[in-house]
Amino acid sequence: MAFLDTEHIRKSFGETEVLQDISFHMEQKTVLSIIGSSGSGKTTLLRCLNFLETPDEGIIRLNGEELFNGREQQKFSEAEVRAKRMHFGLVFQDFNLFPQYTAIENVMLAPKLLGTYGDQKAIEENAKRLLADMGLENRMDNYPHQLSGGQKQRVAIARALALSPDILCFDEPTSALDPELTGEVLRVIRELAKQDTTMIIVTHEMEFARDVSDYIIFMDNGHIEEEGTSEEVFYHPRSARTRQFLSSYKDEA
Amino acid sequence: MFVTVTLSLLKGFLGTLKLFSLTLVFALPLGLLLALMEMSKRKLISAPVRFLIWWIRGTPLLLQLLVMYYGPGYIFHNNIWGSGDGGRFAAALAAFVINYSCYFAEIYRGGIQSIPFGQYEAGYVLGLTKNQIFTRIIFLQVIKRIVPPMSNEIITLVKDTSLARVIAVYEIIWNGQSFIKSAGIIWPLFYTGAFYLIFSGLLTMAFSALEKKLDYFR
Repeated sequence: MAFLDTEHIRKSFGETEVLQDISFHMEQKTVLSIIGSSGSGKTTLLRCLNFLETPDEGIIRLNGEELFNGREQQKFSEAEVRAKRMHFGLVFQDFNLFPQYTAIENVMLAPKLLGTYGDQKAIEENAKRLLADMGLENRMDNYPHQLSGGQKQRVAIARALALSPDILCFDEPTSALDPELTGEVLRVIRELAKQDTTMIIVTHEMEFARDVSDYIIFMDNGHIEEEGTSEEVFYHPRSARTRQFLSSYKDEA
Repeated sequence: MFVTVTLSLLKGFLGTLKLFSLTLVFALPLGLLLALMEMSKRKLISAPVRFLIWWIRGTPLLLQLLVMYYGPGYIFHNNIWGSGDGGRFAAALAAFVINYSCYFAEIYRGGIQSIPFGQYEAGYVLGLTKNQIFTRIIFLQVIKRIVPPMSNEIITLVKDTSLARVIAVYEIIWNGQSFIKSAGIIWPLFYTGAFYLIFSGLLTMAFSALEKKLDYFR
């Protein structure tokens, strides 16, 4: 049994079936990237893992614990959903930092409110260390509107890491950034990969996905069109659709 | 004469201030409660509130004051407000609180709905409860956004308090007018305007100070 198992996930919004029978597995300390064109269901899949959406069908299992089983029509209490969410962290495309809090306050807010992350001092030290790891030691007391997009996203990554999730998810973390700022965020994620952080990354940065990922899933129209190691998917794609998708990026480069 | 009038008007203005501040004390939290109820997914909760807001915003405050004071006695043959100044003041306060709560509710609702949903989702994925998200993340952002419309409404309230005199609640206009009968002079009534003007000037300054204070984030 893999660290994360998702089996036969289905999700519809009205008439549109956004996820059609998605199954995949990943191991701890690996990086999984999900690529595909807009509207292929990548973001919805990530939101299902974070319990921001509830799948219509399917099973999500983490480290042997069944987090979700669509067949059992469970109604989870708010506290249960929160406990399940704590396994995952999510970094959003548009950061969603809290504007009234400084960088370090953004990182410390949840650990302080949750009460299971030690005392104030331990939380603060951890937050400082995380922000320093992100290269933001001089930005800790800045408010979000005083930060560049790349700095905001790095604060958001530190904020997610502060809760030590089992799997850190990224939803197109650089799509709201201009190319110059994209690099600094990707560097930070590469660094996390080196430190064996378990990550699922939805991205349009093909070069980055190829370098950083242990495993690639190419999604198209709500299903997994092709999956495999970085090498397999990028250099020896089997599906014509995958080749077509990848070549559209090569044209650009 | 001028000093006598000024002192008398000041005394009347205390009545105005009392009605004004007590209305705020009750209507500011009640308005938030109504806004939250109005946004409830449960129709059983949201529908009556929506009806109340439609009703209160759709009729004159002057009429609401009269109905509040005379209604219970007329319908149930029981004047729940008791007799005398205290009873009239209580009825006026009740009418003002209900009226302003409804207007405030709409301002709160607009403010709450203007906060991007991503702020809630960021709170959810950090494992926070709905209450924590509202009180620690959303509420201050709402306050910042509603200061301008709220200050508008609150300055209107200063002047609306003069309506309370239809049920003989003692306030500054009442006092100003009494000089017409007692001394045959009308200028004290005109003079009351200065009191309103100075007070709303002070409020305007207080609100821009608050706006400035909340300027540290965007």
